[in-house]
Amino acid sequence: MSLHEPLPHDSAARHASGEALYIDDLPEPRDLLHAAIGLSARPHARLAAVDLAAVAAARGVVCVVTAADIPGVNDVGSAAHGDPLLAAAEVEYAGQAIFAVAAETVRDARRAARRAQVTYHDLPALLTVDDALAARSFVLPSKTLVQGEPGAAIARAPHRLSGRLDLGGQDHFYLEGQIAMALPQEGGELKIYSSTQHPTEVSHMVSRVLALPCHRIGVEVRRMGGAFGGKESQASQIACIAALLAHHTRRPVKLRLDRDDDMVLTGKRHGFRIDYEVGFDDTGRILGVDFLLAGHCGFSPHLSGPVNDRAMFHADNGYFLENARIVSHRCKTHTVSNTAFRGFGGPQGMMAIEQVIDEISRHLGRDPYAVRRVNFYGKAPRNRTPYGMEVRANPLPALTARLARTSAYARRRREIAAFNRENPWIKRGIALTPVKFGISFTLTQMNQAGALVHVYTDGTIHLAHGGTEMGQGLLVKVAQVVANEFALPLERVRITATSTEQVPNTSATAASSGSDLNGAAARAAAITLKARMARVAAAEFGVPAGEVRFANGAVRAGNHTIGFDELARLCHRHRVSLSATGFYRTPGLAYDPAAMRGEPFFYFAYGAAVAEVEIDVLSGEYRILRADLLHDCGRSLNPAIDRGQIEGGFVQGAGWLTTEELWWDAQGSLRTHAPSTYKIPACSDLPRDFRVAFWAGRSHAPALHRAKAVGEPPLMLAMSVFFAIRDAIAATAHHRARPRLDAPATPERVLLAIAALAAGGGAAAAGVVAA
Amino acid sequence: MSLSVSLTVNGVSRTIVLDDPRVTLLDLLRERFDLTGTKKGCDRGQCGACTVLLGGRRINSCLALAASCDGAEVLTIEGLAQGGALHPVQAAFIAHDGFQCGFCTPGQIMSAVGLLGEGQAGDDPERVREGMSGNLCRCGAYVGITEAVLEAGRVLAGREKGTAP
Ligand code: FES
Ligand code: FES
Repeated sequence: MSLHEPLPHDSAARHASGEALYIDDLPEPRDLLHAAIGLSARPHARLAAVDLAAVAAARGVVCVVTAADIPGVNDVGSAAHGDPLLAAAEVEYAGQAIFAVAAETVRDARRAARRAQVTYHDLPALLTVDDALAARSFVLPSKTLVQGEPGAAIARAPHRLSGRLDLGGQDHFYLEGQIAMALPQEGGELKIYSSTQHPTEVSHMVSRVLALPCHRIGVEVRRMGGAFGGKESQASQIACIAALLAHHTRRPVKLRLDRDDDMVLTGKRHGFRIDYEVGFDDTGRILGVDFLLAGHCGFSPHLSGPVNDRAMFHADNGYFLENARIVSHRCKTHTVSNTAFRGFGGPQGMMAIEQVIDEISRHLGRDPYAVRRVNFYGKAPRNRTPYGMEVRANPLPALTARLARTSAYARRRREIAAFNRENPWIKRGIALTPVKFGISFTLTQMNQAGALVHVYTDGTIHLAHGGTEMGQGLLVKVAQVVANEFALPLERVRITATSTEQVPNTSATAASSGSDLNGAAARAAAITLKARMARVAAAEFGVPAGEVRFANGAVRAGNHTIGFDELARLCHRHRVSLSATGFYRTPGLAYDPAAMRGEPFFYFAYGAAVAEVEIDVLSGEYRILRADLLHDCGRSLNPAIDRGQIEGGFVQGAGWLTTEELWWDAQGSLRTHAPSTYKIPACSDLPRDFRVAFWAGRSHAPALHRAKAVGEPPLMLAMSVFFAIRDAIAATAHHRARPRLDAPATPERVLLAIAALAAGGGAAAAGVVAA
Repeated sequence: MSLSVSLTVNGVSRTIVLDDPRVTLLDLLRERFDLTGTKKGCDRGQCGACTVLLGGRRINSCLALAASCDGAEVLTIEGLAQGGALHPVQAAFIAHDGFQCGFCTPGQIMSAVGLLGEGQAGDDPERVREGMSGNLCRCGAYVGITEAVLEAGRVLAGREKGTAP
């Protein structure tokens, strides 16, 4: 059967033939208008005057809208309010939307948008996390997690270190930019095609903005050309602007953002400033640690609350922190509001503890992997996270030991040391880093899903659920689950677009939870239908319903076998419904968000990676020579899809930590707003030798068919690249100093770190990093 | 100002009147010929999503003016399969999972066809990766892409020698 098989992506053939349709490829309706957005040029200003006469008079323009034209509420904030659809009186970041225009062609709309006369009264702008911390400017109240007695433990510890790490953000750079098309229907209804991970939220936001009831708004998405969290809640603004213009013109409107506008208008991964103080013993065991995690949220709360919570929940990564204090500030700046991005704050939290481990290792002159080992979660009482959840059956000691063996970590570290002695201008470094990532939305109510399954009388299946396809292979996985339940070949299951009209009140496809939640909901619907069908077969053949079996496309009832299609027709003749909904909610989540204590996660996903890099001491350029990944997918629903997620996650994570640099100028304008200046990994950046394996340990995953979520966790395997680069930099000073390296570790930063070490900078280190 | 352009697209000769000389080949393909397989990722010549073959050579169609393509032969993803049979590069992309979201895929495939036509990369993964580095894939499907190009190269080389399918 199809379950656990390496089947291709649902649209594989269509992607290769160019037939797969994205929203911009859909046939354009008659009368379609194209939209463009007018963006703020200032980071913080009062809008003294917005003169749009020239915009309205420009060629092809049909409609111009501002905040005053919004019939409902001017707010598209999701988790929290505070994100105006169009700025009304004040702008709070350079790039913020002030007005929108609809015109006959894309070119007309974009040209017209540039003709606005906006008079700004500038106000003081806070642009960086440091500015925000100094001004105590926060979008949400700060939070603190404490376990044990960190202050006393650090004070008593034989060794103490403190330091700071700055982490940059990351642009999603989904290859398909944000897009929506809104089509007015009869009776004042609206049909919206939106490239969104969260169709339900798009319908809620359009409802809020246009003051229309939800049942008059249908939102549909067949597939996205990448999303990575960037279309979790930000798609709403795009859809709402298209809907607002459609509402005023009574014509269909498409809004596809130009790449540069997309990059300045939309939020990114949160950058973080991390300050730490740690006390530890001679083996490197952490006795107490104190973290300050300052997240760069931008101008509004948006999703920053749960993102920063998740950063706090991952500041332990795979390590027992007996005495820990984790303080989280959610910094408000006059920059774009940052948002979900694969990992959702988790990667930033994990970088905090991995930096600490690396620092301890260098200070003691011990191998960082050895220091990791003495700190891994273990048996009780060394198995409690700072938020009070138990880590059960932690595979990291065994998993990393296996990886260390298969990657020949110890031998290669010796070889690298020898290489570095011989080569003054090229240095190599290596690192092994683990991943432990909590699966579930921390907002408990989001952990639910619905599905709708029809059986037609020819024995084919129509499958709909709330999950969206962004390339992660969700649709084929859920179809595999349903095909498996009915014991039918996969081709019998038709995968359909995600639509609020088929399945309502859905959660975002996010938090890696898509296949766990939607797969379980679809399975529930299939089980309901099977039970009904079994009763019909049982009555027909005079056997107990419990003796009806679905196998190999057929149904056996006692000694009788009939085709699945025949049974479907029989059910229809007996007037038995062949349509069912399915519902699922994750069990066992007992989490108190006010206290930040309990079990916010259903389970953890694990992995580890070894990366080896080579840096050019004179240019700061580097190359990943080899990467070995070992990842825990539980019993993978589809190993081919999961392998893609692991490889792709690693590549994207490496981009975040190395070349992808967001750079704002002193006026608060993002200057890296195109692929010419914002460097995402290219094919040539792949590790020269890239080995990916699945952890074969017994799966304890409590989720559907013992599979584990795999969307986000592999991204963090790329921490190994950052620490390998740090290792190589330290080699330029014979490991006698601890380099100061922030992320992304661009070649410039690498060069500066080397120069600082050469000039005698960098805190002291023991001088050997022995295996 | 309007001007007339004649070109062959996927083997079909077409003549079209352009009312704007700045229309790009990409927009011509997508908006006038309804060939939406070729994607627009950046419209700046920096991502490769819009790669097509012009006279057998790969180009970023978002950088080419349609007006400059008079008399040219253009091959897009829609014209690659022959009589229902996938081109070896297409088949190899499916076999090796050379995609996730698929948005970069038509450009990757056309770029790979062009690269193999250039005959530079051979069976060296490092040179394939270098040769494909103008086509960004944000999903990071580069492992599958590299394997697919290598395999398609072997199939095509076999065909030339008449030893393989
Ligand atoms: S769309 Fe042409 S290179 Fe990006
Ligand atoms: S498959 Fe998504 S960008 Fe390449």
